[in-house]
Amino acid sequence: MSGTGASVIIIGAGATGLSAGWWLARDGVDVLAIDRGIVGWEASGRNGGGCTHPFSPLFAEEQRLWPMMDELLGYPTEFRPQRIRVAFDAGQFARSAQAARDAARQGFASEVLDIAELRRLAPLVGDGVHGAHLHRFGGHANPHRTVQAYAWAMQDHGGQVMQHTAVTGFTGSGGRVSGVHTDRGTFGCDHLVLAAGPQTRRLAALLGIDLPMAAARAEMIVTEPLPLMPLGGVDGNGLYGRQTLRGNLAYGGGPHEWIDPNGIGATPPPSTPLMRQIAGRLARLLPRAAHARVIRSWAGIVENTPDGRPVIDRFGNVTIATMSSIGFGLSPASGHAIRDLVQEGACGFADLSSLRLSRFERLEPDWISRQGWQPPSGAGTSGQAGSAGRMLS
Amino acid sequence: MIHDPASIAGRTLTPRERTAVLVIGAGPAGLAAALEAARQGAGVVLVDENPVPAEVMEEDIPLLFGGRMTGAVRNRAAMLEAFIASDPAIAAAFDAGVDVRLGVAAWGLYINGPGVGWLPGPLAGLSDGARSWMIGCERIIVATGRRDMGLAFPGWERRGVLGMTAALRLAARYGALDARRAVVLGSTAEALDGARRLHALGVGIAAVIETASAPLDDPGTLPLRTGCVVRRAEGDAEGVTALVIARRGEDGRPVPGTDLRIACDTVILGIGAVPMIDLLDAAGCRIAFSAALGGHVPVLDDAQRSSIPAIAVAGDCAGIGAAKSRDVTIAQAEGRRAAAGRAAPDGARAGPGHDIAGYRLDWVRATLLAADDEDTHVCRCEEVTAREILELRPPRYLGWPDRGRNRRDLRSLLGAGPPNPDQVKRLTRAGMGVCQGRRCREQVACLLALSAGCGLGEVPAATHRAPVRPLPLAVAAGAEEAAMAAHWDTWFGMKSQYLPYWEVPAHYTAAGRDAPDQGDGE
Repeated sequence: MSGTGASVIIIGAGATGLSAGWWLARDGVDVLAIDRGIVGWEASGRNGGGCTHPFSPLFAEEQRLWPMMDELLGYPTEFRPQRIRVAFDAGQFARSAQAARDAARQGFASEVLDIAELRRLAPLVGDGVHGAHLHRFGGHANPHRTVQAYAWAMQDHGGQVMQHTAVTGFTGSGGRVSGVHTDRGTFGCDHLVLAAGPQTRRLAALLGIDLPMAAARAEMIVTEPLPLMPLGGVDGNGLYGRQTLRGNLAYGGGPHEWIDPNGIGATPPPSTPLMRQIAGRLARLLPRAAHARVIRSWAGIVENTPDGRPVIDRFGNVTIATMSSIGFGLSPASGHAIRDLVQEGACGFADLSSLRLSRFERLEPDWISRQGWQPPSGAGTSGQAGSAGRMLS
Repeated sequence: MIHDPASIAGRTLTPRERTAVLVIGAGPAGLAAALEAARQGAGVVLVDENPVPAEVMEEDIPLLFGGRMTGAVRNRAAMLEAFIASDPAIAAAFDAGVDVRLGVAAWGLYINGPGVGWLPGPLAGLSDGARSWMIGCERIIVATGRRDMGLAFPGWERRGVLGMTAALRLAARYGALDARRAVVLGSTAEALDGARRLHALGVGIAAVIETASAPLDDPGTLPLRTGCVVRRAEGDAEGVTALVIARRGEDGRPVPGTDLRIACDTVILGIGAVPMIDLLDAAGCRIAFSAALGGHVPVLDDAQRSSIPAIAVAGDCAGIGAAKSRDVTIAQAEGRRAAAGRAAPDGARAGPGHDIAGYRLDWVRATLLAADDEDTHVCRCEEVTAREILELRPPRYLGWPDRGRNRRDLRSLLGAGPPNPDQVKRLTRAGMGVCQGRRCREQVACLLALSAGCGLGEVPAATHRAPVRPLPLAVAAGAEEAAMAAHWDTWFGMKSQYLPYWEVPAHYTAAGRDAPDQGDGE
């Protein structure tokens, strides 16, 4: 061992890992975050920026923290509160109402908007709307700015970030890890946090922990800036995103593609012609923006557990956090929870029993194929498409 | 096999049309490639975005036109005629049976690779401005040419500051350059040849400005001034009226009292001819920096093939050097090799040009860093200055207080790695605008290299993304079946994700996923 290290080493400098690092550094803990690439380069920097998860046990803390994050971090996150959910049919409206009920039970209000009020708050919305909710909770932030803010704030409190450093193995096992091997040397630690997105499964397996997850590629588009709507957090119609404070419309949605994350480096794969589907759906959600020009599209790789819910759990001196593709918005709270697990052994502000790994004890070994989550096998490397396929465009 | 209905599995993209060979770009290399492929009997579609509509040219897309177009560009039919007449090979391509489509832009190339497996084969996204569609192809030959490196100085946003490639496009192809008296910046072979050609077409060359003490190439009889710093472009509502230069002192800064005002209506940037690699980079072709080939270029084999075998590259977008700029047969030979899949005979590949790295860094040092002007935007779309880029300041519209505690600069970002323009872009927005970085990306790379004290080649290329030309939502939109959207009403279409935490069963199984309340809750 090279003799360097930290009390707590965090693998993965994304939103979750850096938030945890910041929470720990604020407590005076000697903490080091390691990433194979650049901070926030993977899914943490490629999402829609939504901060609205009323089904999560971390919801109340998510809502408590976001309005304070600029001040707490000392750097801008571009957080803006509240969210409008536009529904184009009864099914979409019912799902939005369910979110409202889940939030109401936790003390957060929503209201159904009439068309005039919807138009006032979101003038880019057009006709054909079935209904809309204004959630007086949640909101959105700028993922790029926020992940960098975590990294800088963590450093301001004495934490360290090492970029371009790939983890190759560990010293110890069985819930007692004492060192992290990397391509830039070995680093000792008293506690290890795994928060490496789609890589978390592979890293956990090195420690003998089976963390079921699959990786998928999801895509987003962004338009040129448009005049700011009074409320930029408008989504629906199968899209997630926001109008940025600069005025761009940044939205993503499915369908996603299940992929094999092995062999994919820190730079995610390119986007695909799904851009056209997202553009079409956005033109329906915000028809008064149909003239706005798309100037970028991109893809990100996100991990999902079998039930789509995070795992935040501790095993000996190893804490594992996989946020199952909803990590950005929850990151202020998930970092707090990880800090609690590392320092106190249990989360002091929320009941994380629904996020325990043990819920998968009875999971079938072939769950991926049972759920249809396998990557398309040898899909279309050449030649004609299968005749059974449905035509997209 | 079960498919996740919310995923792409089981769905197929059927492109509207197919061709054996798609050639992108109707310059010398693209035309030679299309003619060669047709000669071999392949079905060939040749697209070129030119002539682009006047209002798009006004936005410096795809070249830095600087608003110096005559009214002729508003007549699309006449522009089309002029474009066809400007190169007899276009008519030859029509005659050879090539499906030539002018005014059609390629905005994206797509192919399966790591992390993408659902595509039915190589695809390209095309648009004629009113609609967009996908074309399937067996092979793609990219011959998208070059554009000009931007250079920020006070007044560079005025009408009349344009790139050399843009000036030649307007003057030589369309007869639509609105310039009488020009100052040329730079003494590269491309800048000096261009100046001579513009002079022959009736544009007065008031001066050629070089910031170094000696020119890169032989200026001949051109009115060259070396060792100069550009101070500002002056102008009025019509555009540029003069360029003010000064002598460059030992410290690299302008020598006080040496300001010289050169009357002109046009300032032409000839600092750097840049390979137009946007489609290739966005598609995932391997890109590497080559100081001898004009900057970031695709990595090619001897037969012009990129790291994606179905995509070949020819002409200036494969690399720019003085020899290729002067001898059109080099680009044409590349085009024919790309079409035939033939390796180059020894010595037939384009020789290297000058080392662009030091040259471009020197111009940026002498101009951007010397000016240090709070109103000179390196990124014009997002209005970001050189200082704001180097200090990683949040964009002005956030109104973030300039508190001492959280002043951050490039060094705090770097760690052990080289400066990354994408990371800087995310924080400052430099390069995030509608021009898609075409005006600023080389300047930003130079600024980062100068600030970090590293070589220009160590700074990675800022990422290009599809669509590489701005595409209205309504034009970009593909036909969409309602069922596909329905599966994405919730994130990933996963009902169990949305179960409120107080209803989550103690155990989860795949078999029980559609009935999550069957669990044995504790």
